[in-house]
Amino acid sequence: MKFTTTLLATSALIGAGTFALADAHGNMANEMTLVSWGGAYQASQDKAYLQPYLKNNPGVTGVWDESSNEAVAKLRAMNEAGNITWDLVDVVAADAIRLCDEGLAMEIDADELLAAAPDGTPASEDFGDLLVSDCFIPQIVYSTTFGYRTDMVGDTPPTKICDVFDLEAYPGKRALEKRPINNMEWALLCDGVPKDEVYDVLATPEGQEKALAKLDTIKDSVIWWSAGADTPQLLADGEVVMGSTYNGRLFSVIEEQKQPVAMLWDAQVFDLDGWIIPAGLPADRLARVKDFVKFATDTQRLADQSQYISYGPARLSSAPMVGKHADLGIDMAPHMPTDPKNAANTFLYNYEFWADYRDDIDAKFQAWLAQ
Amino acid sequence: MSDTVDATNIPGEKSGPMLAADGTPLKRSLRRALRRQKMSALLLIAPLLIFILITFIAPIADMLFRSVENEIVQDTLPRTTAILETWDSESGNVPDTPVFKALYQDIFIAQERKLHTRLGSRLNYELTGASSLFRKSGRGVGDIGEVYQDQFEDMNAFWKKGENWNDILGSDAWLAEIKSWKKASGQAQPPFEIRAQIAEILPQTAAFYQIFADFTQNEKNSNLYKKDPWELIYSAFYDDLTGANAARIDTYTGPGAAELSEAKAAAANFETVDYKAAFGDIDKDWLKMPIWDTIRAYSPRFTNGYFLNAVDMQKSENGPELRPENQRIYATLFLRTLFMSTVITLSCILLGYPVGWILANLPARTANLLMILVLLPFWTSLLVRTSAWKVMLQQQGVVNDTLVWLGIVADDSRLALINNQTGTIIAMTHILLPFMILPLYSVMQTIPPSYLRAAKSLGATNWTAFWRVYFPQSVPGIGAGSILVFILSIGYYITPEIVGGTTGTFISNRIAYHISSSLNWGLAAALGAILLAVVLGLYYAYDKIVGIDNVKLGG
Repeated sequence: MKFTTTLLATSALIGAGTFALADAHGNMANEMTLVSWGGAYQASQDKAYLQPYLKNNPGVTGVWDESSNEAVAKLRAMNEAGNITWDLVDVVAADAIRLCDEGLAMEIDADELLAAAPDGTPASEDFGDLLVSDCFIPQIVYSTTFGYRTDMVGDTPPTKICDVFDLEAYPGKRALEKRPINNMEWALLCDGVPKDEVYDVLATPEGQEKALAKLDTIKDSVIWWSAGADTPQLLADGEVVMGSTYNGRLFSVIEEQKQPVAMLWDAQVFDLDGWIIPAGLPADRLARVKDFVKFATDTQRLADQSQYISYGPARLSSAPMVGKHADLGIDMAPHMPTDPKNAANTFLYNYEFWADYRDDIDAKFQAWLAQ
Repeated sequence: MSDTVDATNIPGEKSGPMLAADGTPLKRSLRRALRRQKMSALLLIAPLLIFILITFIAPIADMLFRSVENEIVQDTLPRTTAILETWDSESGNVPDTPVFKALYQDIFIAQERKLHTRLGSRLNYELTGASSLFRKSGRGVGDIGEVYQDQFEDMNAFWKKGENWNDILGSDAWLAEIKSWKKASGQAQPPFEIRAQIAEILPQTAAFYQIFADFTQNEKNSNLYKKDPWELIYSAFYDDLTGANAARIDTYTGPGAAELSEAKAAAANFETVDYKAAFGDIDKDWLKMPIWDTIRAYSPRFTNGYFLNAVDMQKSENGPELRPENQRIYATLFLRTLFMSTVITLSCILLGYPVGWILANLPARTANLLMILVLLPFWTSLLVRTSAWKVMLQQQGVVNDTLVWLGIVADDSRLALINNQTGTIIAMTHILLPFMILPLYSVMQTIPPSYLRAAKSLGATNWTAFWRVYFPQSVPGIGAGSILVFILSIGYYITPEIVGGTTGTFISNRIAYHISSSLNWGLAAALGAILLAVVLGLYYAYDKIVGIDNVKLGG
């Protein structure tokens, strides 16, 4: 085992060496601009990936740009202007697919670009199904799920997603995201549509009407959010009794800020977040970024990130290495969306469906909201 | 200016032209002096002019252009759209095989260039499902081409290699150049040149090979000579071998003549591709009307589709029609934006007028001190102010807590002051108030207090003195403040986004959504253009009714 690792590391080094030679001048740029989401998530990337990398590579500098939420629009504009200023961009999988489709992201060969697992499993197997696009380098699995105020739900805390739609048992406001994605699926699930038929039903105009009709039953009690930080704030202030947001945000409300909030993992929607390399980088910057990505997505680094934030590492081989929170010292595994106890009933974001129906359903959803 | 010149000339009319000191006619010398002055004035403002042109006028023009621009359909599907022009869409039948063949050629080239999914996203704005249809087809066209590729290669392995193709298709001069060219040399790759004789006997193959060569040499930057051709080339090759010019192949004597004759003989017995059926296999939507109607409707280089969409309409066979009721949204948003901007402007007048009055009538020292309070919000970040309103107005917030504590509002029926129109109006009135107070103050300062005293000494009541004497003189200030506040609020984005909920958002929020989220830049541009037109229209109306000369920012 140890021998194979050494062998692999050596061949990786040789590989990197020959690659560097093949590169125009054999040089790597010494500056990188990394794009991410800001906040706790970017901080976790900085601690787990960037700082160790900079330590290993003196003389290299890395700059963060908090523009991920408009990365697609900005990359498109940069491409039109012919001046790509970013080296590596953190995006959700749906955006990665769009960028790849439009030729704005570079296609990668996972096994060539990414490090193999410590036991020698090639990267393409280690990441497995999570490589949802030819350009996408997954980092984490996160989920959109509900949190609720433990002090506002009486003695019977909500356990099912449909409790969100039950105004009698759980009166009070709810926070939902101001877009159709996820909300439509949850509404249909609670309207009695079986899980495996949700997208078939949602593809029909009747199904869309049905979902909106279900949402209509709680419309007056909903506060619609558009930034991930909204729901944690609304929960902490007691403005809402329950609300949807990303599980990492809820983790920080519960464990770091010690608010009386608990997670409702039922029907959580899994999604992926990861890197893309913009298409058309100059050779020296590309060489640097490839070097960084190989380091930042290896098994150890992905496991390290989970010390800082409760998102599941995208590599199979990282899962057993998830340890304790760096500051709080609590076990992180039970807080991962992928933990078996939390993942009893999950839902996987359907990229293809939403790529097709986004415009249509969004128009209906927004018209419904404005009524 | 010309008047002055003419005026000086009047005496000269009788006694010949008046002359300047140096003997030139005065008129000409004056004009020259003036021109020089104008030129230097122009040079002085040139930096500003260029700055505005580059950073303001050009981007706006570019944005407005996007609202009608629709080149992507014709650029990506040039052959298909050309044939589609003759298609009778009224017949209710999907187009015939030639269109599908053209579609195959277009999509094949587009998927190599990675343009087909862009077109899919574009058409998805008009027809749900177009996005995945094009993505699927991009993956599927490879299989269609392989049918011919496999048969040619099975017949003779000669056709597998890019070198062989190049030897036949390339001109002798080009072949000599490319064979001596090395990528490492850093010199540009010699551009592909077709063999003249081949271009005549294999016209389709030559045409598509030229496209393949351009793409390989210029976009992929790989050595064309070593590159195996696209599957598409084999289909074109088959068409040429079985087409009208096939007989002339026997007259060809250049390189590969033997292989060509062999291919021609074999091709007659090849299994053929039914393009229509093949596309039906990729996705049955290709055999239905909607996608063809959409491609045809959006073939022209310019479209009014975005503008129709921006006013809740859509294209249909019978011309533009209203969208179904459950998809209408923009008219509501435009009206709401206008209505709320009006309310915000009125509340700014109501709140700002007394403040302006007090500031104008206090001694200068105190007025300056109070002025700082008015300006203070300017020095605080907009986001901070808006977020502060969130803390103030929410149901567990400061205002509601105070009201509950005072017993005015019951604990279980707290007021909804945020995430609705009330929230937007309160927060935006606060944020825009200085823009009302400042012009009011500077206009009121110029109204002498003695006028009011004079009115009263002549027997006017307080109200009459104010309404008949003071107020009319302050109207220019109200006008200036209203224009500022109204136009600013009509385009406001961040505050409604944070405190507006669903009923308090503006049209600008949708524009932002289409720019950064849905990426429907054409629609965003159309909405922006309409908004710009509305503002200009209101400005024009204001000028006609109040007169823009009556607007004063001071003095």
